[in-house]
This record gives sequence, C-alpha cells and structure tokens, in this order.
Amino acid sequence: MRIARTTAMPIAATVAGLILAGLSLHRGWPARARLVSEAQAATTLQGTGATFPAPLYQKWFTEYNKAHPDVEVNYQALGSGAGIKQFQQHLVDFGASDAAMTDEEMAAVPEGVVLLPMTAGSVVLAYNLPDLTQPLKLSRDAYVGIFLGRITQWNDPTIAKANPGVTLPDTRIQPVVRSDGSGTTFVFTSHLSAISEAWKSGPGAGKSVNFPSAVAGKGNPGVAALIKQTPGAIGYVEYGYAIQTHMPMAALENKSGKYITADLNSGKDALGSVELPANLRAWITDPTGANSYPIVTYTWLLCYKKYKDPQKLATLKAVIEYGLGAGQGFSPDLGYIPLPPNVIEADKKALAGIS
Amino acid sequence: MTPARAEAVREIFRPGGPADERTLLSTGSDISQAPSAGEVAADRFFRAATMAVAWFTVFLVFWVVLSIGRQALPSLRTYGVAFLTDTVWDANRNAFGILPAIVGTLYSSILGLVIGTIFGLAIAIFLSEKFLATGLDACLAFLGLADNAWFASLPSRLENLLRITIELLAAIPSVVYGLWGIFIVIPIIRPPANWLHAHLGWIPFFGTSLSGPGLLPASIVLAIMVLPTISAISRDALVAVPPKLREAAFGMGATRWEAILAIFLPTAATGIFGAVILGFGRALGETMALAMLAGNANVISWSLFSPANTLAALLANHFPEAGKPEVAALMYAALVLLAITLIVNIVGTLILQRAEAGLKGLR
Repeated sequence: MRIARTTAMPIAATVAGLILAGLSLHRGWPARARLVSEAQAATTLQGTGATFPAPLYQKWFTEYNKAHPDVEVNYQALGSGAGIKQFQQHLVDFGASDAAMTDEEMAAVPEGVVLLPMTAGSVVLAYNLPDLTQPLKLSRDAYVGIFLGRITQWNDPTIAKANPGVTLPDTRIQPVVRSDGSGTTFVFTSHLSAISEAWKSGPGAGKSVNFPSAVAGKGNPGVAALIKQTPGAIGYVEYGYAIQTHMPMAALENKSGKYITADLNSGKDALGSVELPANLRAWITDPTGANSYPIVTYTWLLCYKKYKDPQKLATLKAVIEYGLGAGQGFSPDLGYIPLPPNVIEADKKALAGIS
Repeated sequence: MTPARAEAVREIFRPGGPADERTLLSTGSDISQAPSAGEVAADRFFRAATMAVAWFTVFLVFWVVLSIGRQALPSLRTYGVAFLTDTVWDANRNAFGILPAIVGTLYSSILGLVIGTIFGLAIAIFLSEKFLATGLDACLAFLGLADNAWFASLPSRLENLLRITIELLAAIPSVVYGLWGIFIVIPIIRPPANWLHAHLGWIPFFGTSLSGPGLLPASIVLAIMVLPTISAISRDALVAVPPKLREAAFGMGATRWEAILAIFLPTAATGIFGAVILGFGRALGETMALAMLAGNANVISWSLFSPANTLAALLANHFPEAGKPEVAALMYAALVLLAITLIVNIVGTLILQRAEAGLKGLR
C-alpha cells in the first residue's frame, strides 16, 4: 500500500482545492457569510455611493451604532455612479449620489425612488504657488480659461487683473483633475457649463469629461497629492478635504461679481438662494446670492419608495432622522454645510412617504 | 515496511539465499505485486483530478476572453477600427478612442523595460559571477581571516542577502510604488528634467517640461517594479551555464570579461530573454502605480516629460463610474490590451525558440 499512502496527500490536496473552488464559485457563500454578521447586529443596513459625503455619513453611522448597538450601517464609498448602479440592481438598502439620479435612471427602479438631500458641500480650487502670501482671487474668465487650457501662465493678465499689487510668478499653470468618474467633477463641470458658453459647447458637464491640458489623479487624495507635489498646479477638490490637507484655496468670483472664499457662511448663503422642487432635486450650478460661494452642491441619499422588510424600513427611517437631526451638528467640523431648516422639513415629509 | 516484508527482504539478500534475479523478475513474489484495486482507483482519480484542474485553467482563460469579447461587441460594431486610431476619450459625447493609451502603454513599458533590463542584468551578473567574492576575499586575506570557516562563507551569504533583498522588491504593493513615485521620484527628477528641457528642448524626447506626473517618472518606477523579475530569472539562467563551458572558457585563456560577454551571456540568452518577456508582460498590465504617475492625460508625445495614459490605467479609472456605452468601450480597450500581451508573448516565444535552436550545440 506504499503507493496509496504517497498519493493520498496530493489527492487530498486536490479534493480540498476543488471543494474550495466550488464553494467560492457558489453564490450562496457570501450570503452565508453575511448571516454571521447579521447575527451579531439585529439589523444591518447596506449602502453604497458617493465619496464626497462619506466622512460625514461614516461619522453618523458609527455614532448611531454607539447609541444603538443593535443597528449596524455599512456604507461603502465607491462613487456616485457605483452607488446608483448598485441601488438600481437592489444590491443595497440605500444609495448615495452627488448627482442625484436622472429621470431615466429613476425609471429603472420599479418601486420608485425617493431622493433625500442629506448634506451639502463646496468644491474649491486648491493651488500650489509657494511664493504667494495672500489668497489668490480668480475671476470667472480666469478659472474657466485655466481649465480650458487657454490661460497657461500664472502671470497672465486675466489673472493679474483680479489680484492687484500681487506679483504672480512666471510659471506654467498645471491644471489637475479627477481621473476617475466622480460627483465632484459633475458639480464642478456643471458650474463651468453654467457660466461659460465655451465650456458648455466644449468639454461639457458630466461625472467624467474630456479636460484639455490637464493631468489627472485618482480620487480626492490623488488630486491633492498631485497639487501638493507640482509647483504651479491648480485643481478642484471638495472643501472638507482641502481643509484637512491645509491647501490654499482660491477666492472665486460669484454671479454678482464678488470674490468669495469657501466657508460655512458663503456655503449657507448659496444653499439659501435655491428653492428645492417637489422631488427635492436641484443642482445649484450658479447661486445668485451676493455673498454665495459659486460652487456648492447638495448630496443625496437614494431610498426606495417601498421596503419589504418592516424592521429594515423602521431602522432606515430612524437612521435618516438621526442624520437630519443631531447628525447635522457634525457638518461644520468635517467641512460640510448644514441643511437649511426648510430642506430638513421637506426631507422629513418625503421620509414619511416611504413605506 | 511491515516486519513480515522486512523479513522477506532479508531472506532474499541472505548470503547464499535464492538467486536475486529470478525473485525480482517473477511477478508473483512478495516484493513486486500487482497494484491493488484501491491503488488503481486512487491513481485514476488523481490523474483525472489534475487533468480537470489543468483544463479548467485553460477554460478560465477562454471564459475571460469570451465574456470580455461579448461585452465589447456593441462598441466593436459602433467604433470598429477607428477606436484604435482616435485620440479622444469623452464619455459625455460617446466618443471613444484609445490611440494615446496604446502609445502610452507601449512607450512606458518599453522604456521601463530598457532601464529595468540594464540594471537587472547587471545585478544578475554581479550576483552570479562571484564579483562580491573577489573584493571580499582580498579584504579577508589582508585581515588574516581567510581560513576562518565563518568568514570564508561570508561572500555567498552576502550574495544571498542581496538576492533576497532585490526579490523583496516584488512584494511591495503597487500603491506604495505609486506614492513613492509621487513624493520621491518626481521631485528628484524634476530639476534635471527641466534643465534638459530648457537647454536641449529641440530634441523631441525633451520637448516638454516636467510639471509633475509624466512618462519618465512612470517608467522609472515601472523599471524598479520589473527589476526583481528580470534579475532573479537572469541570475538563475547565468548560474545554470554548464560548468564545463565555464572551465573551457577559462582554460582557453579567456579573461573574466571575455568569458562573461562572449560565452556566459550568449549561453544564458534564452533564460535572460524569457526574463525580459516576463517583465514586459508585468509592465504592460501594471495598473495602480501608472494610474498614479503617468498623469492620465490623453496626450501623444515623444517627450519623456509629457503626461500620458495607459490602457490599464484607463480601465481602472473609468470602470467604476462608467455607463453602458462606456463599459462596452472599456471592454474593447481590455480586449486590445489582451491582444497586445498575447502578441508580445507569441513574438517572445518565437524569438526564444530561434535563440534556443542556435545554441543547441552548446548544451
């Protein structure tokens, strides 16, 4: 039986390998794995979507879990597009998107969609000009021209005009953009399309557009790293991220011709200038307020109109109410703009319609 | 072995025992017996299992190609060959072309491979031809430690240490290479690169200034990433050069350099070439580090300092947020990347076979 003994090992190994391969191919496996985590927390909610509000959402969900240990909310920040896709395929309990959902996208969800604006934030232009001591001011012509690739030097007269008395360096401007599709790009390019005919007919608005003469980094961290490492660079990142990484931000000319720095007040002002429609979907492409920061957006939670599991529904409603109530208090510290009271009221009304 | 069997063996080899030949040849003896039914079954099962696993792997490759191809079909129909020659990737307007990505992939891979091969081969020669021992032995003799057993083995120990350290480069995650490239490589090469552009800007390779990410930093990091593959396999090939060839070369009065350049390297050429092809494959498919360092700009330029794009980076960047038509276009791009890799491998194998045929007499 010597042969049998020496072949036993490889056979056992092969069989084990085949079984493992079979198991991992089998669809039931991940579901069974999830059951284990569900046993620990009575209710688990699964969500996917935008990276823009992710720090705030994570904060809410961990705080909520501390107060209610039986509720666990998993939020995966895979991007707005991924959020919408998984939401349409019913892979998650809720989605999240900076670009809300288009009517066409909503039509693909048979039980209907409720869009809930949960927080808002600004998109800022961060730059790397080490010799500059005071904040840079950029007129509308200037920042559109820079990202169109028409203004290529920092000492261009268009930029100099808005910064009297400032010596601008004779360096090349290196625009930095997002390489991956993103809600931040959508917000930024929607604003550019709103203020510039040349942009609208050129690159246009979208989650990923064809930027001329730009280098691209992946995600907010990628863009931030490129800006920090490239003298003469300018790029768009979300406000909270720029604050955390201590990057200088440009003051931008708003619709009424004032140069406004992004902060809590200028963001609030921008939100106040827009009336939300019945479906709670409004893009603030160019706020009209005199002191409004020009690039501000709401970001939405995507919920189904009907949920089969009553316990899940109750939990989801409770978590969202927490976010609309106490949760708003975390916004300023993390670089987000708290929702105006009338939007919170509208959200609560829409939330009551979910069953 | 059971005691009974041991007894039988002893019986056979007992001085003056039965003739060994007859016992061994007869099938009915205690030592050679027909396999039992269980052994036959186990053997068959093992053979079937390995065959199934082997075929399953082949099947997997076809499955991947097929499923990518099926999803690429809509864009294959819409864009056809123009997809390969267009230069704009604009999901908003459903205009998809991957020429800049193809050029960028090949340019960065080849550049990285050239740098990686020069260094990798140098390391392989250094580690396989006892260069370390030469210097160390002289030092040890000077210190009077040459006869000490521990110190005498020092060179080979150091060689091992160096080899393992270099092979360790392969264990560093791609993201770390990317970050290292952004924070270390780019700032270091920026001043010389911009000096070259300012003074020799008329040469196409230095045609643009290096602001941040670009082809050169991407290729340098890529070179470091393929270095362990190239140096490890080349070293193995050089170590495997038959000792009789070595002795013959030195016996005929060849100097060390003559022996290395005229005898060892040509003999090991097959293995070295295999290493380079493997490295090329790795460079073509490398995603994360390039997505972070190449600049992701759809630009075609001769300049080493210009930002560029690669197919793998394009896929990684656009896939998560892509809509239907863009997914089809990305699948098409994936198919092109697969085809390029396949062509590289086929050409490599052909050259390898030719090189092997030319060296047949040496073995």
